[in-house]
Formats: sequence, C-alpha cells, structure tokens
Amino acid sequence: MNVAVVVFPGSNCEHDVVHALNIVGCDAELVWHRDTDLSGFDGVVLPGGFAHGDYLRTGAIARFSPVMTPVQEMAGAGAPVLGICNGFQILTEAGLLPGVLLANRDLRFICRPVHLRVESTDSILTRSASIGDVLEVPLNSYEGQYTADPKRGSDVTLTYSDRDGLVSPAANPNGSTYNIAGITNEAGNIAGLMPHPERAIEAILGSTDGLVLLESFTTAVSEFADGKTVGV
Amino acid sequence: MTDDEFASVVGLLGREPRIAELAMYSVMWSEHCSYKSSRPHLGRFPTEAPWVVVGPGENAGVVDLGDGWLAALRIESHNHPAFVEPYQGAATGVGGILRDVFTMGARPIALWDQIRFGHLDDPQNRFLFSGVVAGIAGYGNAVGVPTVGGELDFEECYQGNPLVNVMCLGILRREQLVLGTAGDPGTISVLLGASTGRDGIGGASVLASASFEEDSGAKRPSVQVGDPFQEKKLIEACLELYDKNLVVGIQDLGAAGLSCSTSEPAARAGAGMEVDLDLVHVRESDMTPGELLMSESQERMMAFVHPDQLNDVLAVAEKWEINASVVGEVKPGGMLRVFKDGNLVAEVPASSLSEDAPTYDRPFSEPARQTDLWADTIDYSEARDVAESLLAILEDPSIGDPSWVYEQYDHMLFLNTVVGPGDDGNLLRIKGTSKGLAVSTDGNGRLCYLDPRGGAARLVYESALNVAMVGASPLAVVDNLNFGNPEKTDVMWQFTETVEGMSQACEALGIPVIGGNVSFYNETNGVDIYPTPIVGMLGLADPMPEQPPRLDRGEPGMDVWLLGADNPTNLAGSAFEKIVEKHLGGRPTEGDPGTARAIIALATRLAAEGRIPSMHDVSDGGLAATIAEICIRSKIGARIDYSDWRHLFSEDPHRFVAVAAPEAEDSIVAAADEAGVTATHIGFLGGSMIEFVRDDRVTAAISTESATSAWRGAIRNLMEH
Repeated sequence: MNVAVVVFPGSNCEHDVVHALNIVGCDAELVWHRDTDLSGFDGVVLPGGFAHGDYLRTGAIARFSPVMTPVQEMAGAGAPVLGICNGFQILTEAGLLPGVLLANRDLRFICRPVHLRVESTDSILTRSASIGDVLEVPLNSYEGQYTADPKRGSDVTLTYSDRDGLVSPAANPNGSTYNIAGITNEAGNIAGLMPHPERAIEAILGSTDGLVLLESFTTAVSEFADGKTVGV
Repeated sequence: MTDDEFASVVGLLGREPRIAELAMYSVMWSEHCSYKSSRPHLGRFPTEAPWVVVGPGENAGVVDLGDGWLAALRIESHNHPAFVEPYQGAATGVGGILRDVFTMGARPIALWDQIRFGHLDDPQNRFLFSGVVAGIAGYGNAVGVPTVGGELDFEECYQGNPLVNVMCLGILRREQLVLGTAGDPGTISVLLGASTGRDGIGGASVLASASFEEDSGAKRPSVQVGDPFQEKKLIEACLELYDKNLVVGIQDLGAAGLSCSTSEPAARAGAGMEVDLDLVHVRESDMTPGELLMSESQERMMAFVHPDQLNDVLAVAEKWEINASVVGEVKPGGMLRVFKDGNLVAEVPASSLSEDAPTYDRPFSEPARQTDLWADTIDYSEARDVAESLLAILEDPSIGDPSWVYEQYDHMLFLNTVVGPGDDGNLLRIKGTSKGLAVSTDGNGRLCYLDPRGGAARLVYESALNVAMVGASPLAVVDNLNFGNPEKTDVMWQFTETVEGMSQACEALGIPVIGGNVSFYNETNGVDIYPTPIVGMLGLADPMPEQPPRLDRGEPGMDVWLLGADNPTNLAGSAFEKIVEKHLGGRPTEGDPGTARAIIALATRLAAEGRIPSMHDVSDGGLAATIAEICIRSKIGARIDYSDWRHLFSEDPHRFVAVAAPEAEDSIVAAADEAGVTATHIGFLGGSMIEFVRDDRVTAAISTESATSAWRGAIRNLMEH
C-alpha cells in the first residue's frame, strides 16, 4: 500500500506527514499538484500549509489544481482521503466535505496543543479509537473556525474539549460550531481535521496521541488496497 | 551621501557619476550596506576555529557539525522599517533573513525573533507590538519555517524606536554549500522570483541609515511589501537547483537590490559583469535605471549559471511557478556595465561599490555620566517585601509569560522542536542523526547601558549557559549590534566597548563569531536607545540527550539546588531595581571567564547525563523568579531557604538552579566538586505555596496559583482587554 501526499505550491507539512506515516508503517510519496495520475496509490493525504499562498481564500485556488481531479475520483471510489489543516480547508472548498473554515474567533494565529474528544469512530481517522477518548494534538492555524449548518452533526469525528473530555465554550480555541475539530463524509472514507496528528507521533516532541488517528488511516488504506470497503 | 563621499566617487571614476551610478554608490555606501562606521572595529572579533567553514562577510556564517553536516546562521535587524510599518517591516525582515540562509545552500529550519518596544500601557506601543508579532507570524508561518523562540523586552528607551531583530538557522550537507560568487567569465546571471517594482527604493539609505524625526511616517514608501508565498516557492526552487548542482553561485537581493547582487558576486569572483535592465521582469513600466538598480522588491535571487545548464535552471523555475530572466553575463576585467534601452547607463569597477566604500574612524569617548551612573546606588539597609516584589516582577511584560506571542508562531513545523519557546535554550533535533542543535538569543539593554563592556561579555556567558541548559556545548556566535547615532562620541564609545567585551568573552570560551549585523541611528528626536547588542548562540549536543531538562518537569519531593555563587547582593541593573525601585544605576557585577567556563561545562554535563529533570539559569528577576518559573511551569510549590533577601533578586552571572530527586544528590555534588562550582541545597519542591524561609521561619509566601495568574496575565491582560 502506498499513500500519495499532495504537494501544492505553498504546502509545508508534506515532509512531516510522510515522516509520521512511515513511523506507523505506511509507505508514502510526495505528489506534485500538477500530476494527474494517482494510479498505484491506495489513499491520499492533503497536508497542511498555505497552498497557493492561501490567496483569494484558503483552498479556493488549490481545488482547481490538476491533481484534484484524480483525488475526486479516488474519493468517489471509496479510497481513504485525509485532509489536515490546509488540506481540510481544500476538501471543503472542493465540496468533498461540508462546511467552511473561517478566521479564528480572536483573529490571531493559534499554535498550541489542544485536547480533542473522539465523538465517532465511523471514519478512516478515528476507527481505531474509542468514543470519549481524549487526545492531545497540536493546532496550528489562522482560518480554523469550522462553520457549518448546526443541524448536521452525525459526521463529527472530533471536538475540542478540555483535558477531561468536557466539550465547552471555554475549550473552544477558535469559535468552531459545536467545538468541531474534525468531520467525515457520509460514506466515512473522507476525513478532515484542523489539528495536526503528524505532530503528535513521538514522545520526544511532547505527545503520541496522534498515533491512533494515523494508525486508523493506515489500516483503512491497507484494507482499501486489499479491495475492502473502508467506510461505514 | 555626503559631499566628501561624492568627491571620492568622482576620484574613483575620474569623472562625474551618471545618475544611475550615483544611485548605486549612494545605497552601497550607506551605513547599512557598507558598515562604514563599524568596520574599523569589527576586526576585533575572534572569528576562527577549526569548525568554522564560512566566517563573517558572506551571507551567513557556516560551521561544521560533523558527519558531513553543516549549520548556517545569520542575524539581522529590521528596526526602522518595523517602526514605520510594523506588519510589513517585521514580515520582510523574516523574508530577508531566510534568503541570507538559503543563499548558502542550506534549508532554513528555524527562526528566532528578538523584539523590543516601549511600555505596553501606551496604545502606540501596543499597536507596534501586535503589528510586529502579526507580521512575523503572517510571513514566517506562511513561508513554512518555524519560529521556535526569541526574546521580548519593554523599556522606555525603545519608545519611538522599537528593535526588531531576526535570526535564522539552516542546515545543509557539506557538498551543498554555495557561495555568493559570480564564477568565471561567460557565466549567465539569472534573476529569479518576484518582479521588480518601486517598493523599498533606498530602504538601506533612507530608512536604515538615518535617525527618526517627527515625520517618519513620510518614509513609509521606503518599506517593502512581503509575499511569503513567492518566497516559499523561491526557497524550494533554489534548493532544487542546489540539489541538481545547477548553480555556480547565488546571491539574494536584499538591501541595495540589483546594485548589490551584481557588484558583490562579480567582485568576489574577481570579474566584471554586463547587465541589461530591459531584461529585468518588472511590475511597473517606466522605471528609471536608478530605480531598477536600487529597488528592494522582496523575494528575488540572482543565480549564476553555466550556459549549458541554463535550460535546466529555467525548467526548475517553471516547475515552481517563479519568474526567471537572463539579465546579464560575467565578463573578464573588473567593470560592471549596466545598459538600458541600448544605452550604457553605468560603468563602474564592480569592487568599488563594496570594497572602496569609505570607512570612518569616528571619535569616541566615555561619557561623563558613566561615573555618575555607577555612583548612583540605592540604600538597601532596610529589607524589601519579598512576596510583593516577586509578584511585581512576574507580572512585568518583560519577564511574564510570552506565550501570547509564541502561540501566534508556528513553532513545531518540521518535527524538530524538542525544546521549544519558553525554556532557556531551544533544542532542535537533526532527524536521522544523533545530533541536536541548541540555540539561545540574549540581550539586556539596561546591563549594557550601565556597563557596555561588562554587559556585552555577560550576554555571551549567559547565552552559552542557556544552550548548556539543554545539554549542548557552545559552538559559535552571531551578533546584532543595535546602537544609537554613531556620530555621537558616547554612542561610539558604547559600541567599541561592546565589541571589546563580546570579543573577550568569546575568546575566554573559545567560541568564534561567525557573523553579525550593525544597526546604528536607533535614535528618535535625538534620544538614543540603550546600547542593545544581541547575542545569538549556537550549541551542539551530540548525542542529543533523550530527556533534556525542561522547566515543567519538577515533582513533589525533589531537591532544589543552586549551582554557582549563593550569596550575591548586587542589584545594579536588575529587574528588581527597574520594576520595584524604578531605578537604573550602580555597577553590575562583571563576569569571570574561569567561572563561566566551569559553570557552562557543569551544566552541559548534568543536562546531558539525563538525571536532572529541570534546570533553569538565574537571570532576569534573580533566584526568586527562577524558582517561581519552575513552580509555575511544573504546577507545584516550593520551600526555599535564604539568609539575605538580596540573594533572591540579584542577577549576578554564572548560576543556575537544578531540580532533582534526592537520589541524584551524590552525582550533583560530585560533578560540582569536580568542576570547582559551589553546589548549595536551597530547598524542596512540593505543596501549593512558594515559600521563602529564613532562620527556619517562613518570611514570605505566595501561592503558585497567584504567581501563575500574575505571570500568565503579564502580556495577555494588556493585549486582550
């Protein structure tokens, strides 16, 4: 199994994602945004960064990059597709996930570890976790305020909480609707989140709580490579 | 440009200069580019060591880390642009320092910012402070290089003249090292990156080399505008060019733009160059030759390329979606010839722009006020309130929690940040090796004002001790010398004393200076800033400790040890005197080379051995603040013995606190004995109160909670309410 990590001009977390996937035993390769052939890959990660400078609006230009055509096709075919931070923003712009990401409530960039409560395990990102688990994972974004129709909710995978798992306004770092940090599509094979699981993989860097998320993804990729359906 | 300088140009050329030529000389001979006031003194710095690969004079200093790895380090100031336009001034400072580092072939892996403002109760200072922080964040985060630390200080003297310094570290393999040389005749000059516009014209001369008066807002058009996305693509494109071995040399376009990036590389190669300005990709038409040559438009690089490899270079540029224009060719002889519309608009010896710049042996003398300052001491026969003083110190923005700032910076990208912002030194791993790079940057304007020579030396000792706190040995220094108007004899005296003090301390520790920057004219309306040299220290830990000490690892029952002198009473220049007594005077204690060497080696050893969970050097705020910071970060109380209250607030050098389990006692005492350093058991961690005990009686106590609240709110409360 092999995962494509897409590099847009302005991406900057691509090497970190490859490093982290390798640690959880998954092969990964960088793919340039102008490539249109993703055959040979069993999953896709859109990494964090500032694709096309975030100009116009985050993800608004990246969704037109040539690579997004095969990404859409793979997503439609049920392959695991994960968007982290800027990658999440691109997935919402591309219409692969609902909602939008607005500027943080306090109009300041936020880089610090936050606590996440697992709300659902029906996704390629959370399938190996348990509902109620609390994970410490760094957040690193300016446009991180997830905003969506509040009537939705079944697709929420992760919410911002305190260290005890209490989901409250006080634990909401950026004003996201219902404290939402991560969501999935109905089929469960496309997932996006604002925090960076690849930054919480090694104890020497502070936390290993991102492991369960990337292991979930890797397991899903492996199953998809074996011809199984990976969603719900 | 002065009349004398104009006469020198006429003498050099044997004729009156053309307008474009005059423009080139005026920027290249500015203080900012030519170091004309400082150069006669900078030769004093010790610059040699077996591990120095590239010393001062290139775009960045480079040292050998072993096993084929090199590190490139550079520091710069963007003081004046940041005052005129805080966001863009700070942002373009970040962009410029990055180019200095990847020009050497290195991938930039981390940034540090040292920023200083007037007090935050003034709305203008809050505006400048938040603008500078947003600019650093906006550019650094988007360009994809983590800002892992820095420094923050607030003093009256920076009112009207904030300091914004920025340092960048890069790493590279030895075979990737590139220099700023134009190569042999026939080599092609390729201008890469952003198009050239009218922004930043004369930034080096109008802004960076002059003082401020009331109308400084009128200088805003001289500030450049940054585009981090363009820079990110430029970094990746250049690194790919180096990887494929496609460039002979490369030079960034910073101060003095095209004038500098053509003349300097040609001069280094002992050659000349022909440049056709019609081939430069521009963002506005009708620019004059002088404007094209002086423009400081950001995100541009000049690559020197072998003709056979030109197509490969252009293909890399196309891949990364950056513009590339062939603008010139290296020629034999030493003349730089510039054409526009088919006409020769400049013809000057390339080396004359950089090497024939005038130097000024500016007069200097110790100001009479210095002796008065030293005599101006406070009577401390009456003891002060320890608890109240400590709380006041913790809630001072210069000492309180800086997380309001660093949480706006991506400080984790690249997964190298083992010890990030908020501790004494930062520690970055080099993945795939056993090596860790430790970095600290230190400045202290008050100390250097009271004693420029002694203060500068203490900065070197302090930053070396800071890198030792995470288990590294100091390896190299870069410096940023922020001073007032060099045409004043007392400022020049401060400058020469600083260079001397820094040199002596570097010699004592055997650390070379591998680069630096001088920023003069930091005066507004005739008032000079404190002399504010900044020391950037690079240390190497190989192997890197698996568990470097951190401030947040204190546990109940652990012993608190003080390593180094346990009875200093000097409070001159301390945070206590500034914050509690509102006083600046007296003579600070000078550093001692032998003691410095011993304490640094001891700290490196203890941190590397891994038995000490928490170590913290005693500096701003003295021992009391050191203990409080460990307690706040570890969420714990402490009980500390003392005999004289001044011991708790003195900032005398060469001391640190170690916190460890009782089992570690023998190894701490043995290591200290061997190093000839005093180890004093001063108390324990535990409970929820920070208590100070004299003669078995608690004489002062604050709860860790109230200390935390004061410290946490120091900046946050002023900026968010």
